[in-house]
Amino acid sequence: MLSHVIRRLFEAMLILLGITIVTYMLLYLFPADPVRQIAGRSATPETVNNIRHQLGLDLPVYEQYWRYLTSLLQGDFGRSYIQKTEVAQLIWSRLPASLLLMVAAISVELFLGLTMGVISAVKRNSSVDNSLMVVSFVGVSAPQFVVGILLLYVFAVQLGWFPIGGYGDAKHLVLPALTLGLLGSGWYARMMRSSMLNVLEQDFIRTARAKGVSKFRVILRHAVPNALLPIIAMIGIDIGIFMSGIVVVESVFGWPGIGQLAWQAIQRVDIPIIMGVTLVAACSIVIGNFLADIIALFVDPRIKLK
Amino acid sequence: MSQTQSRSPVLEVRDLITQVATPTGAKTIIDTLSFQLNSQETLCIAGESGSGKSVTALSIMGLLPPSAHITQGEILLEGQNITGLPDREMQKIRGGDIAMIFQEPMTSLNPVMSIGSQLVEAISTHQNVYGRDAETIALKSLDAVRINESKKRMKQYPHELSGGMRQRVMIAMALSCNPKVLIADEPTTALDVTIQAQTLSLMNDLKRDFDTAIILITHDMGVVAEMADNVIVMNQGKIIESQPVKDLFLTPREPYTKDLLAAVPKLGSFKDISPVPKHINEASDPVSPLVEVRDLTVRFDIKGGLLQRPVSRVHAVEKLSFDLYPGETLALVGESGCGKSTIGKSLTNLIPWNGSIKVDGQELAGLSAKEMLPVRRKMQMVFQDPYAALDPRMTVGDLVGEPLIIHGLANGSELQDRVAKLFTQVGLGPEYMDRHPHEFSGGQRQRICIARALSLEPKVIIADESVSALDVSVQAQVLDLLKKIQDELDISFLFISHDMAVVEQVCHRVAVMLLGQIVECGPRDTVFNNPQHPYTKRLLDAVPIADPTIKRKDRKLPTGEVPSPIQKLDYTPIIPELHHIGNGHFVRDVQEYR
Repeated sequence: MLSHVIRRLFEAMLILLGITIVTYMLLYLFPADPVRQIAGRSATPETVNNIRHQLGLDLPVYEQYWRYLTSLLQGDFGRSYIQKTEVAQLIWSRLPASLLLMVAAISVELFLGLTMGVISAVKRNSSVDNSLMVVSFVGVSAPQFVVGILLLYVFAVQLGWFPIGGYGDAKHLVLPALTLGLLGSGWYARMMRSSMLNVLEQDFIRTARAKGVSKFRVILRHAVPNALLPIIAMIGIDIGIFMSGIVVVESVFGWPGIGQLAWQAIQRVDIPIIMGVTLVAACSIVIGNFLADIIALFVDPRIKLK
Repeated sequence: MSQTQSRSPVLEVRDLITQVATPTGAKTIIDTLSFQLNSQETLCIAGESGSGKSVTALSIMGLLPPSAHITQGEILLEGQNITGLPDREMQKIRGGDIAMIFQEPMTSLNPVMSIGSQLVEAISTHQNVYGRDAETIALKSLDAVRINESKKRMKQYPHELSGGMRQRVMIAMALSCNPKVLIADEPTTALDVTIQAQTLSLMNDLKRDFDTAIILITHDMGVVAEMADNVIVMNQGKIIESQPVKDLFLTPREPYTKDLLAAVPKLGSFKDISPVPKHINEASDPVSPLVEVRDLTVRFDIKGGLLQRPVSRVHAVEKLSFDLYPGETLALVGESGCGKSTIGKSLTNLIPWNGSIKVDGQELAGLSAKEMLPVRRKMQMVFQDPYAALDPRMTVGDLVGEPLIIHGLANGSELQDRVAKLFTQVGLGPEYMDRHPHEFSGGQRQRICIARALSLEPKVIIADESVSALDVSVQAQVLDLLKKIQDELDISFLFISHDMAVVEQVCHRVAVMLLGQIVECGPRDTVFNNPQHPYTKRLLDAVPIADPTIKRKDRKLPTGEVPSPIQKLDYTPIIPELHHIGNGHFVRDVQEYR
């Protein structure tokens, strides 16, 4: 168990290092100039050069990267070019809001998706199955900004059930969590349906039926746990997709999380913030996958760690 | 029979018709089936695949797939009609009054639930006992099926148990609620022969202890003879014949039953056929072996841990040597994990091995894939599953001709002619060449596989369990075909099988394998009539005999599990010498055999 954790941690470090290199190079190749953004349009060439020198942006790219990496290893994410505050502090203050949204959205996604998948599989080829699959198809296909705006229009503007945006009580959470979760729920519905159909054909399901176990219990106790095994690994991978969704949804709903922070930073080429948010997102993906592995370990007795 | 007729039957089936909906209309699978089952009686339903025997069981259980329905007839459980009962009522009967076990113990248990909780579930469903009390009953049932360390097993998961143990867990689960009827659908077909013997004997004991009636569904007439009180022979959904077991075997009434019984390979029934290929008799002209295997060793590492280092090792084959002569059939026989299939794969260089293999005088060690190509022409394989061995998207003519194209031996009209000839050779007309594999039955597909193997005019055919998946009557036909081909073409066969009776039917010499080594090897009659090694005796004792006058009680029952070839890394196998005891009969030292 411990050796497994150590191996995974080592892999995670390598992945994160790779991500810093790739992100840094992408930002360097980005056609916008951060110095121009800071200095403004009317700044003299001297001012521009001064700022460039201050930020170390006149150094060769590998040296810039090296500086960034060494300070990162000391826990220093750098300072925002625009807001002049510590990046770590900025991210830290916004992380809870994003995590809250993520947990809520994942709950929506899993609850809706898995339920739809199970019902579809059990009622295979019925009208219920067909309509659920159409719904899930729409969920998978609709872009999040469209779903978000649609939900806003219907439930906030027209019906007035939920606030239009912002951060506060549970009411604020509902629409952004739904927007984020609906896409994924379509996905999970389809995955769970095929996984369930596969499991329902297994011999041990017939054994359970032959024991006299009720249909309901056969589904919940025998089929669902087995059908979940491939889904668990999916959840780990899914967090990456979530991270990109969060940028869009937080902007649409004015949710003060790291997604919104990233969006603002990208518009102003605020490299330290972009780097910081990317790293946090990468970390969450690595952690998500790791958790998925650990959960699978507890759910599936056949996976053994030596 | 007369004393049982006075009692009312536990289960009675009257004029049962089960139909399945197909695109072309309803198709009758069970056609007016009637029988009676008394308590403590074993009724065997025998028949070949597609005869409707499993559907009969599912009809009784109320577990038919959604497309199938009972359209007529009654199933009476102790006089009460249970056909058409709502599912809620049937749930009480399933597992409570009628329990069922299935063919595949490896997949019949839920992999993510512990043995204990699966047993407890069955008990709590029917007996209104929960928690500790249910566990106590579960433990008792595990003890009843003679599972050792039952407390520990309760916490284990199915993958931690061997196939035989899992089947015993299934039996324990089925019997935990004292059912009146136990339906066993091919319960020992997937098990090794020694484990099969143990399981059958266990079922016989439990029938008495639990006062249960058994419906045993099987294709194996040996199992029928051993277990049945009464037998129903089914074909195409109909009862062909129904008789007490002794009468059925002694005086079968229907031609179908006679054919079925005649097709059953029986140990010791092939003494009249010449056991030696022609040339071995002619001692004046010694023949050099076609395949020479010396000190063949195949080991696989099982990896694990932090750096995926080897943690244990499978000793699949250990320092094994044998010769295969031209025109000879050598059988490799043994239980699962003995390494017999590994040998077949080594000979065709499909896996890495150590030692020396010479084919037609040419050493195979260190040959590149390209250099191996001409050797492959001399050696072809026929596999177990004819359904998986043929690409479903190619016509069978293309499949049989493909090796000829790969080796650049024929094309155009010559290719067509040669393929047509091969089809005739295996008893299928050339008119079948344009069809696809799904249009053929299992036996026909295996003929196509044989035709494909023959296309390169090989000197050796390695037949790895090639008839195991076939019904007995088809099996007999394919075995006859193999013999015919050998007579015509003088091909050598390396016949890999777990089935002693089949082996006796085809081979000239037999090598009995245990844990990657040969324990006994010699001419067929010598080994079968005068087995020397205790393991050979154990295997022969375990084979069910298709003769109801010989009961298991008179024979020795094998005990214990099939030994595992997985060992720790520092394990060095002991390689005992094979001693020649005359007449080409070799036996390993017996002392080291546990």
